[in-house]
Amino acid sequence: MEPVLELRQVSKYYPGHEAVKELSFAVPRGALFSLVGPSGCGKTTTLRLVAGFEQPTAGDIYLNGVRINSLKPHQRNVSTVFQNYALFPHLTVRGNIEFGLRRRTAEAERRLRELIELVCLEGKENRRIWEISGGERQRVALARSLAVAPEVLLLDEPLSALDPKLRKQVRSELRSLQRRVGVTFVLVTHDQEEALSISDLIGVMNEGRLEQVGEPREVYERPRTRFVASFLGTVNWINGVGIRPEATRISRDRPPQAASIPATVRETVFLGNCIHVEAETGGGHVVVAEVGAQDGRFERGDRVYLWWEPADELRVSE
Amino acid sequence: MSRLRSWFLAPAGLWIAFFVAAPLGVVAAYSLLTRGTYGGLSEPWTLENYLRLADPLYLKILARSFWIAGLTTLLCLILGFPLALFLARSGERKHLYLALVILPFWTSYLVRTYAWMFLLRDTGLVNTLLIEAGWLERPLALLYNDGAVILGLVHGHLPYMVLPLFATLERLDRSLVEAAGDLGAPPRETFFRVVVPLARPGIAAGSLLVFIPCLGAFLTPDLLGGGKTVMIGNLIQNQFTAARDWPFGAAASLALMVLVMLMLGLLLRRGGERFL
Repeated sequence: MEPVLELRQVSKYYPGHEAVKELSFAVPRGALFSLVGPSGCGKTTTLRLVAGFEQPTAGDIYLNGVRINSLKPHQRNVSTVFQNYALFPHLTVRGNIEFGLRRRTAEAERRLRELIELVCLEGKENRRIWEISGGERQRVALARSLAVAPEVLLLDEPLSALDPKLRKQVRSELRSLQRRVGVTFVLVTHDQEEALSISDLIGVMNEGRLEQVGEPREVYERPRTRFVASFLGTVNWINGVGIRPEATRISRDRPPQAASIPATVRETVFLGNCIHVEAETGGGHVVVAEVGAQDGRFERGDRVYLWWEPADELRVSE
Repeated sequence: MSRLRSWFLAPAGLWIAFFVAAPLGVVAAYSLLTRGTYGGLSEPWTLENYLRLADPLYLKILARSFWIAGLTTLLCLILGFPLALFLARSGERKHLYLALVILPFWTSYLVRTYAWMFLLRDTGLVNTLLIEAGWLERPLALLYNDGAVILGLVHGHLPYMVLPLFATLERLDRSLVEAAGDLGAPPRETFFRVVVPLARPGIAAGSLLVFIPCLGAFLTPDLLGGGKTVMIGNLIQNQFTAARDWPFGAAASLALMVLVMLMLGLLLRRGGERFL
């Protein structure tokens, strides 16, 4: 199937700063695509290039197979949910949502009702923006963007302005909303857990480059680079081999079947559902092993053995 | 604490008492007296001065003042808005440009008004150049008309419009403008549906700062209007000088003040939080 959005060798240079370097990726229609990376990696710039707020220095952007480089933001059928939501303070909830509908026809009115229902804001149509909660503001921003029936909805850190407790709930609501409306989402986040939990596809960015694109499991379990492996979760690097804490086995007795590394427990961190045991090997490496909260208690100073299944090794190329 | 507060308020309070409240009281008292035979004041107390204001001649002058002040305000808004927008988006250079806007304040208003006379009169720079260039036979009547008065007022009051507009536009969140474009609004529509409504406090403040002094202007209409363009300010000034009718002058100034206050009050009540 033809991708709805495609970037080919897109670069964006500012004086003295290369924000995005030769970026290429394609987003299939109806997917939730996440761009994830540390702050300053160029992910927000990428979003702004797609929206048309910035012009690429080189490369091409295609929407439905049509090159849109030279189109102004209002000519592109994409819509953005801004990090601060950028709701119009002089308009009501209703005024914001219908901003892009332009003509006041019966059809527009029907669409407005549909959107208000979709984001559960019935009864709050006439509220002012400062009279509603942060979560409601986010839903207004979503409805306002969906009103213009965009080919691609761009979301810039959509959850960062929310209370951490609210974030997980809104995250799954966002995912189910995306499934219901079937619109392609391109989401930018610095939170790897957020990206892993809701995306169909993840693109991991670092220093303006896209390091890897793939399904969440794939990039987590088979990261192509050391950066991707470390960014998406904790990794123990032992003699050039990467092992996730949950794949790292630990015991007091030497395991009979496998080669193992002797170590000393330095610290144990109780995390509720599991315990992270930090052990130091003879070579001075600190290795984290995840054990169940009920599994044999480890104490500081315990002599332990570490090992893992060869299949769990992360094979990174660089 | 409250004691400290009253000490801090005292200088301003005394200033207002001596230089605003007391003179206003004097003016109010004058407005209720009768003109003496050789000017000055005499008894009896009367409301005659206020009743005289209802004369169609004076009402016409009042209407004319509103018209000229209103048109000046509108022109300042039309000229000032793009300038303020430009300033607000000039990044690091905005302070330099802002200084250029304020620069004319360093020259006396009187001097600037005279400068316009030298430019606009029959043997002035504009007419001379146009005649020398062969584009005109006889000089254009550029001076001593409403147009010249409005030109002078706009020139003198433009900064009062630009500064409050700049203050609001500078605070305008850029992402709101981007959001409007993103939702399909072309720049023109974004301007009228987002930028202008959000600049309302600046528009209101700037308009008041221009309209109120223009309404009472007397120097500009006197010099550039050549006595033909009589505004309410000229009328009042005249009563205190040539006509020597202080009570009537006092009544006219108070009436103008009350009128402006009433309008302001109405505007504030209607606009509520949205204005200012």
